Amino acid sequence: MQPTNRSSRILLPVKMWFVYTTLFFALFLNYIPTGHLPAVPDFVALVLAFWCVREPLKIGIGAGFVFGLLTDIGVGAALGQHAFAYVLLAYASNELARRVLWFTPVEQALHVLPLLFLAQVVMVVVRLLAGAEFPGWWMFFGSFVGAALWIPLHYVLLLPQYRPVERDENRPI
Amino acid sequence: MVGHSPPPFFKRGPAPLAKLVFFVLVSLALLISDLNLRYLDAFRKGLSVLAYPMQMAAATPADFVRNASDYFASLVRLQIENKELKRQQLQGAERLLRLDQIEQENRHLRELLEVRTRQKVDSVVAEIMYTAKDPFSRKVILDKGTQAGIAAGQAVVDNVGVVGQITRVFPMQSELTLLTDKDQAIPVMIVRSGLRAVLFGSGNGLMELRYLAANADVQPGDKVVTSGLDGVFQSGLPVATVARVERDQAQAFARIPCLPAAGVEQFSHVLVLGQRANVLPRPPEPEVINKGKGRKSRAVKD
Repeated sequence: MQPTNRSSRILLPVKMWFVYTTLFFALFLNYIPTGHLPAVPDFVALVLAFWCVREPLKIGIGAGFVFGLLTDIGVGAALGQHAFAYVLLAYASNELARRVLWFTPVEQALHVLPLLFLAQVVMVVVRLLAGAEFPGWWMFFGSFVGAALWIPLHYVLLLPQYRPVERDENRPI
Repeated sequence: MVGHSPPPFFKRGPAPLAKLVFFVLVSLALLISDLNLRYLDAFRKGLSVLAYPMQMAAATPADFVRNASDYFASLVRLQIENKELKRQQLQGAERLLRLDQIEQENRHLRELLEVRTRQKVDSVVAEIMYTAKDPFSRKVILDKGTQAGIAAGQAVVDNVGVVGQITRVFPMQSELTLLTDKDQAIPVMIVRSGLRAVLFGSGNGLMELRYLAANADVQPGDKVVTSGLDGVFQSGLPVATVARVERDQAQAFARIPCLPAAGVEQFSHVLVLGQRANVLPRPPEPEVINKGKGRKSRAVKD
């Protein structure tokens, strides 16, 4: 059988309202004031990377920019800081989409980890150049947690696209 | 076929790389104008009104956790705290009674001496909702904003000393930058020697007295209070205690880390002081003296 980059199940086309709902939900999670707790992943970056990998034709840099600005506002960061990082993240995951989808979820998570890490490094560099204090190495722990969350996310976000299994006796595909 | 446009399923808008370059440039422009030029406060304010309902909804779990910990606080602890508060109140009441009388006397004496009376400021009690999530700065969000009459630049104190300064106000909330933030500075005076200096946040929960000569009269344990020279903070509010003094002969200035007096990073209620009403105007620039020697007159001109 021809190997396919989608899972063995045939998926329904994605609904754009679902994509934006999940992005807004991630934004909501980012707004939860966890203070300076370490190991809190950047949910918007994660969901954005997911959809950029899954639907590179439908979601990309523009969405990254808008949700980056919204994150900046809610978190109290410098305006444009998350937007910059998410634009790069969206571009990289769009470009990597064709490769990443061939792998299993665990291997996909290993591909996403450097992307999330890169987004954080970009933010740190931007703020350090502007003269902020270095927050400490613990903050990079968040991207590892984010990459680990990729595996459950892979099932949860694709759930609406799974079609009910209906067996057809005449066309057993 | 030659003149036909490609079928729509090849349409992808502008090339990804062109899009990337465009958005990178836009976000860099935003960053520079926000961090260096501070042009974007109105823009931020507008967007924050949109984000506010979501922020409030997101803050409820934090509220819940805080309230739950209050609820489950043990009875014994509450009784101890209650006893302590009563004792403090009694002590305070006695001092307050004397203060009334002393204030009267002070005003009277100042009138006699024809010194300007110290102005009273009205203040607003605000509660800290949560710590801002940005890991690069030390800021907290207060639950009062422009609607309660809070304006950017106001000083914030707790029951022990200065906590910080309001840096951004939104209609329903405001952002308080703590004294330990790296960008925060406050003009101070050392009580023992009367030496004036500027205190900077150093980022790691401490503060630093900068630009004091290596032989300046500073000792560990010295109390540092606001000098009031900036026209923002009232004079005489406790700010910090000198932790240690490192004098290095190779450098012109001493390194003087200080510990904040107020519980800068562990309080729940704070007092936002009203703006000082009638600050003395800056003295007029001295007249340029043209008759004197060339070097002197140039120095005065600036």
